Amino acid sequence: MRLITVAGPPSCGKTSLIIKSCIHLMAGGISCAVVKFDCLKSRDDVLYAEANIPVSVVLSGGLCPDHFFATNLEEAFGWASKSQCCVIETAGLCNRCSPHIKGLLAVCVVDNLMGIDAPEKIGPMLQMADLVAITKGDLVSQAEREVYRHRIRQMNRRAVIRHVNGLTGQGCMDLAAIMAEAPSVETVTDMKLRFPMPAAICSYCLSERRIGSKYQKGNVRKATFGKTPCSAI
Amino acid sequence: MQRDLSVLTSLTVTAGRDKSGRGEEQDIVFRPGEISALLGPTGSGKSRFLSDIESIANGDTPTGRKLLLDGVAPDSDKRFSLQGRLVAQLSQNMNFVLDMKVLDFIVTHAQSRGVPDAPEAAARVLDVANRLAGEPFEAQNHLAQLSGGQSRALMIADTALLSWSPVILIDEIENAGVDKRSALELLVKSDKIVVIATHDPVLALSADRRLVFQNGGVKGKFQRTAREAELLGALLEMELKISTIREALRSGIAPTLNLL
Repeated sequence: MRLITVAGPPSCGKTSLIIKSCIHLMAGGISCAVVKFDCLKSRDDVLYAEANIPVSVVLSGGLCPDHFFATNLEEAFGWASKSQCCVIETAGLCNRCSPHIKGLLAVCVVDNLMGIDAPEKIGPMLQMADLVAITKGDLVSQAEREVYRHRIRQMNRRAVIRHVNGLTGQGCMDLAAIMAEAPSVETVTDMKLRFPMPAAICSYCLSERRIGSKYQKGNVRKATFGKTPCSAI
Repeated sequence: MQRDLSVLTSLTVTAGRDKSGRGEEQDIVFRPGEISALLGPTGSGKSRFLSDIESIANGDTPTGRKLLLDGVAPDSDKRFSLQGRLVAQLSQNMNFVLDMKVLDFIVTHAQSRGVPDAPEAAARVLDVANRLAGEPFEAQNHLAQLSGGQSRALMIADTALLSWSPVILIDEIENAGVDKRSALELLVKSDKIVVIATHDPVLALSADRRLVFQNGGVKGKFQRTAREAELLGALLEMELKISTIREALRSGIAPTLNLL
């Protein structure tokens, strides 16, 4: 099965873009399934179902959504294994995570409304993607689109960059053509994440709610204030 | 990689088929410095045509059209490097979303293009934009402070002078509050292939030729005739009168019938 990870900040157009691309794939005779990893609530299953795309929405609830993704990937693969192409949609909520996996097609979706400094802030989700899809380009000036694209290129030298309109589906046929060529694998067991997930295990991971150093145990790092930070990664 | 398109001398969209599968009659060739207008009701196939250009169609879209650059279908490497960058767009829906000073932003754009003297290039863009805009703006104004007309003027000047893309698609700029004739002249002088999707008769007639769409395909191709050029002249006179009346109203002078 071809497995594709699609990551991007909330509301940037991931779902629209996946639906439009899957419609093209299915029209070409490739059966699709989508697994959506979300946090608290999602109505995206309705959107996928309306497009006749088999979907499984799973919610991380109180857990870190990206760790939840990694711990459930084998099972997600198992669920989707009857289809020829499985798209995994995840929200890289803190912009620090990257769900991308070595040897699988990795897509990052960003939108043009995030401002031209966004590519620098997004991190490995963008830097380690094979394909960067930019949405909402119809709302900003050509100049901003070009500068934005340039900044993405500076952060990721090798990715294919595509402008896509999630509303009209413009560009999705091209995306589907790339997805149809995604690497196909028999299993995800023993595959590796491209980038480690953020570490945690402190008192707050264990539901501590009180503020104060005296309540903090485990992997705790104190920041230096009043200084310009160097890159955190 | 960035320069190889500055020498594009023609772009051809080969004949494809309409929504009923009927073949189009002829290939359409576009050349730099030439304006083409796309006309036809919503759903007639204008957007499909434009996205065939944008995606560098290779017989792989529903229309079956192919795109040729200088008469040759680009190889897969070239297709890959051009995709999504062939067409620059200008439309009424577009806004600057950045919170930056005008000059700083245009300098940033020039730098992203690797222009040797970015501040000088940016100053030129501002100068041209100010000639297109009804009311001038300052280099130190913030992008978000610009009026609709000023934004559009800046976008047009920037696209003409700094955009990498050899093809410019203009969508519905008729009410944008800029001097549209000067804007078109500027784009043509910058040796871009200019394509306008419009419902405005003045813009349609300003084009060297018109492509009329129906049922998903190109139905007709019309070169502007001498008589149509005359009609354009008459329409421009009418527009001038309308704008004289508008100016009179704006400056508190009661307009009279003899302004017509």
